[in-house]
Amino acid sequence: MGEVIVITSGKGGVGKTTTTANIGTALAMEGKQVVLVDADIGLRNLDVVMGLENRIVYDLVDVVEGTCRLKQALIKDKRFNGLFLLPAAQTKDKTAISPKQMQELSKELKEQFDYVLIDCPAGIERGFKNAIAGADKAIIVTIPEVSAVRDADRIIGLLSSSGLSDPMLIINRLKIDMVKRGDMMDIDDTIDILGIDLLGVVPDDEQIVISTNRGEPVVSEENTMAGQAFRNIAKRLLGQDVPIMNLEEPDTFVEKLKRLFGLNKRKSY
Amino acid sequence: MFDLFKFLGKDESPSKDIAKERLKLVLIHDRANVSPKFLDMVKGDIVKVMSDYVEIEEDNIDIRLNRVPKDDNTFGSALVANIPIRKVKKIGKNIG
Repeated sequence: MGEVIVITSGKGGVGKTTTTANIGTALAMEGKQVVLVDADIGLRNLDVVMGLENRIVYDLVDVVEGTCRLKQALIKDKRFNGLFLLPAAQTKDKTAISPKQMQELSKELKEQFDYVLIDCPAGIERGFKNAIAGADKAIIVTIPEVSAVRDADRIIGLLSSSGLSDPMLIINRLKIDMVKRGDMMDIDDTIDILGIDLLGVVPDDEQIVISTNRGEPVVSEENTMAGQAFRNIAKRLLGQDVPIMNLEEPDTFVEKLKRLFGLNKRKSY
Repeated sequence: MFDLFKFLGKDESPSKDIAKERLKLVLIHDRANVSPKFLDMVKGDIVKVMSDYVEIEEDNIDIRLNRVPKDDNTFGSALVANIPIRKVKKIGKNIG
């Protein structure tokens, strides 16, 4: 029996979909059977982030309504063994499914997969309630900005009252230069405010935009900071003890020179 | 007027500290689901009751809602009040 993990944030635009895509891909790269479920009905995006948008025939609502069998709606990602996508419907809205139906779907999926990752829509309304209905665990994605942290705190409260009392935190898009200047809340500040366990920190990385443009998850790019951060997060989910990565770029002249010639492998981030 | 020190950022606290302080305050109200007026009302009533027994330094009262960890790993709210007393009134001394 697998595990259903919902990836949520409250606020939109903090990186839920990118996080879902990358953790899922990283888990598949670790040899796990993984299905990514896009619960953002009406505003689906997990398909384009994964680069699988041209392969959609059926969607989540079709499965729930019995238009097709679950197996027919699952899109197999040919690049990564064991990775599947269940896309959201684009032309319907959140009321097309109920929390109870999501619960049943989640149950069916975790019988077949090691990990069921649910990409939750922004907000705290029906779409959120649907997405968390069948979840065993929750990951909260936030960025170190007041609006996102405030919303994350609200989500923590709502999850707790729905029986998901131990969410894990991912701090996304941390800008180390701004943290150094004292112009961005750091890891400790954010944990201190939210009071939940840290699962990982993902540095702000242009490579995410580039990868998303191409429809390739950044975890498959060996030498990217964000990719490494997501691979570390996947390992932590698997129970491995991986330290939070060093977000500093090497800055001495010699180190820069070494990097230039490819002699300096980045440290354990 | 052009303020050199402000320009150099010398007399301002780092913006992240401001963010943190503001967040802490706003979250207290979010978490307790109460309006900012709530604490004022509580404060007023506490002062009213206590004034029968002690003289309070009303200007220095500090009442806040804190988030406190509970045994089951969740968080609850605690009303923390710091009320400086100038002196105990006679009626208070006679009790007990």
